[in-house]
Amino acid sequence: MTKAIRSPGETLQEYREIRGFASFDDPATLSYVDSNGKPNYEAIRQTDEFRALRRRLTTFIFPMTALFLTSYLTFVLLSAYAKDFVSTKVIGVVNLGILLGLGQFVTSIIITLGYSRYAKRRLDPQRKLLAEKTGVEE
Amino acid sequence: MPTTGNPVLNLSVFAVFVLITLYVVYRASSRNVTASDYYAAGGSFTGAQNGVALSGDFLSAASFLGISGGIAAHGYDGFLYSVGWVVAWLVGLLLIAEGLRNTGRFTVGDVLAFRMRQRPVRAAAANATLVISFFYMIAQMAGAGGLVALLLDVTSKWGQALLIALVGMIMVAYVLIGGMKGTTWVQIIKAVLLLLCVTTMTVFLLGKFGLSLSAIMQQAAENNELGAAVLDPGAKYGFSAMSKLDFVSLALSLVLGIASLPHVLMRFYTVPNAVEARRSVVWATWTMVIFYLCTLVIGFGAMALVGTDTIAAAPGGENSAAPLLAFRIGGAVLLGIVSAVAFATILAVVAGLTLAASASFAHDVYANVIKRGDAEPRREIRVARLTAVVVGALSIIGGIAANGQNVAFLVSLALALAASANLSTILYTIFWRRFNTVGTLWSIYGGLGSCLVLILFSPVLSGSRTSIFPDVDFAWFPLGNPGIVSIPFSFLCGFVATILSKPDADKAALAAEMEVRAIAGIGVKGGTGS
Repeated sequence: MTKAIRSPGETLQEYREIRGFASFDDPATLSYVDSNGKPNYEAIRQTDEFRALRRRLTTFIFPMTALFLTSYLTFVLLSAYAKDFVSTKVIGVVNLGILLGLGQFVTSIIITLGYSRYAKRRLDPQRKLLAEKTGVEE
Repeated sequence: MPTTGNPVLNLSVFAVFVLITLYVVYRASSRNVTASDYYAAGGSFTGAQNGVALSGDFLSAASFLGISGGIAAHGYDGFLYSVGWVVAWLVGLLLIAEGLRNTGRFTVGDVLAFRMRQRPVRAAAANATLVISFFYMIAQMAGAGGLVALLLDVTSKWGQALLIALVGMIMVAYVLIGGMKGTTWVQIIKAVLLLLCVTTMTVFLLGKFGLSLSAIMQQAAENNELGAAVLDPGAKYGFSAMSKLDFVSLALSLVLGIASLPHVLMRFYTVPNAVEARRSVVWATWTMVIFYLCTLVIGFGAMALVGTDTIAAAPGGENSAAPLLAFRIGGAVLLGIVSAVAFATILAVVAGLTLAASASFAHDVYANVIKRGDAEPRREIRVARLTAVVVGALSIIGGIAANGQNVAFLVSLALALAASANLSTILYTIFWRRFNTVGTLWSIYGGLGSCLVLILFSPVLSGSRTSIFPDVDFAWFPLGNPGIVSIPFSFLCGFVATILSKPDADKAALAAEMEVRAIAGIGVKGGTGS
C-alpha cells in the first residue's frame, strides 16, 4: 500500500475520510464509496491497482500507435517519394508497393489480435481486481 | 449502350430491399420510448452485431463505389484509400473505443463536456458534429445521384436531382421510424449483403484469371491509357511536388479521420460495455480487411474487363465501375443486385449520419445548452426527429450540388474535418489531465475552422477544371486535402490554449472520475457526468 502521506491542501478530516480512518466499523468499504454510495474517484485513482492498470494500458497502446502510424506513413511516403523503388515488380506485374500495402493489412490484423489478447489477459483481470477492492462495480 | 441493364429489373430489386428493411426497422422499433432507445438502442447489441453494423457504417457508397472506381481509374493511387481505411481502425481500437464507451452516453459531446464547462463545450461539439456529418452526407448523396443515373439511365441533371431527393426522403423515414435500433439492423443486413456481393465478384474474377492477381493487373494495364504505369504510384497524384504532398495529406486524413466520425463514435454506445465495444472494433477490422482485399480485385477487374475509358464515359463516371463490372460478369440480374446493395448502403449510411446529427443537436444543444440539462426526454426525442428532417433536407440540396464528384474524394474532406475537430480533443480529454475548457474550445474550433477555410480556398471549390465552381478562381491553398495542416494545427491549438489558461476550477473531482471511468471502466453505470 501507499505510505500515509497527506497531499498538500488536503485537510486532516478529508484525509481521514479518504483513507477510511474516520470510522472503525467498516474501513474497507468506506474508503472508496461515500455514505451516498458515490465512489471516491480521487482515492481510487491513487490506489496501486489503478496505477498498475494505467501503466499497463499506456505502455501498450501508445507504443503500438506509434508503430502502426510509422509503418503506415512509411508506406505512404515511399509511394509518394520513392516511386521507382515501390514500382519494382515482384510477382508478375504485382509490384512492391502493392505488397507493402497488403502488408499493412497483415500488421493491422496482428495488432488487433494482439491487443485483444493483451486486454483479456493483462487489463480485464486488473480491472476486476480494482472493482473488487474498491467495491465499485461497472 | 447495353451497359445499364434493365431499369425495371433494377428498380424492382431495389424496391424489394427497401420494403424488407423498412419492415425490419418497423419491427425493431416497436418500443422506441426512452432517449436511450432512440439514440443508443438501449445499449442492447452484442459486440459482434455492433461490429458488423460498425463496418456497415463505414462501408458506404464511398468505400464500395468510390474505391473500386478509384482503383479502376487510377490503379495504385486508388489503392491508398483501401490501406488507409483498414489501418484507421487501429486508432479506434487502441485509443478511442473503450474510453469513449465508458465516459459518454449518447453523443461525442457527452465525452468532451464530461469534465469541462457544459454549455460552451457541448455547443462546440454539436457544431463540429453537424458540419462533419453534413460534408459526409453530401458525399453519400452525390454517390446516390451517380448510381441512379447509371441504373435508370437518367442523364438529365433535373431527373437525377429528383431521384436524389427521393432517396433522401426514404432515408429520413428510416431514422424517424427506426431510431438507432432500426438503423443498426439495416446496417447489419446491408453489410452482410455487401460482403457477400463483393466476395462473389472477387471469387468469380480470380477464377476467370486463374487465381492470379498479376494476370488481372496485366490485362487491366492494357485497358488503361497510361499502360503499365497505372500499376505504379503517381497515376493521380505523382506529377508535381505539390500533388505528392496532397497525396500524403490525404493519407493522413484517411487514417486519422475514421475513428473521429460522429456517427462511427456514436456506434460505441449501442453496446452494453467497453469489452463489447472492443469486440465490435475487432469484428469491424476483420470485415474491413476482407472487404478491401476484394475491392482491390474488383477495381483492377473493372479496369481489365470494362476498361477505364468506358467507365469514365458512363453516367456516374468513376463511381460506376463496380456496377458496370457486375453487368459485364453477371448480366442484368447481378447489376440489379449490386446496385440495390449499393443503394441500400447509401440509405443506411445516410440514416446513421442523420441520426448522429439529430442526436447531437437534440441532446447537446437542445437538452443541455438551451434547457440546461433539464429537458423532458419525450420532447428531446421530438426535437431529434425534427432535426433529422431538417438535416435530411439540407443534405439533399448539398448532394444535388455535388453530384458527379468522386465520392471517395468528397468523403476524404469529411474525414479531414473529423480528424481536425474531434481526434485531438478526444485524445486530450481522455489522456491529458491538465486539459481544460479553453483548450477544448480551441482545439475543436481551431481544427474545424482551419479545415473549413482551407477547403474553401482549395482547388476543390474553385480555380480548376474539376472544381465544384470551375468558372471562378479564389483558391490560394494548393492542396486538395487540408489534413496535413489542419490536424496538427488543432493539436497545437488545444495544447497551447490549455497551457496558457488556468485549469478549470472545481473540476478536479470530475477529472478524477473521468480518468478512472475511462481507464478502469468502473462506476460507469449510475455515475455522474453526461
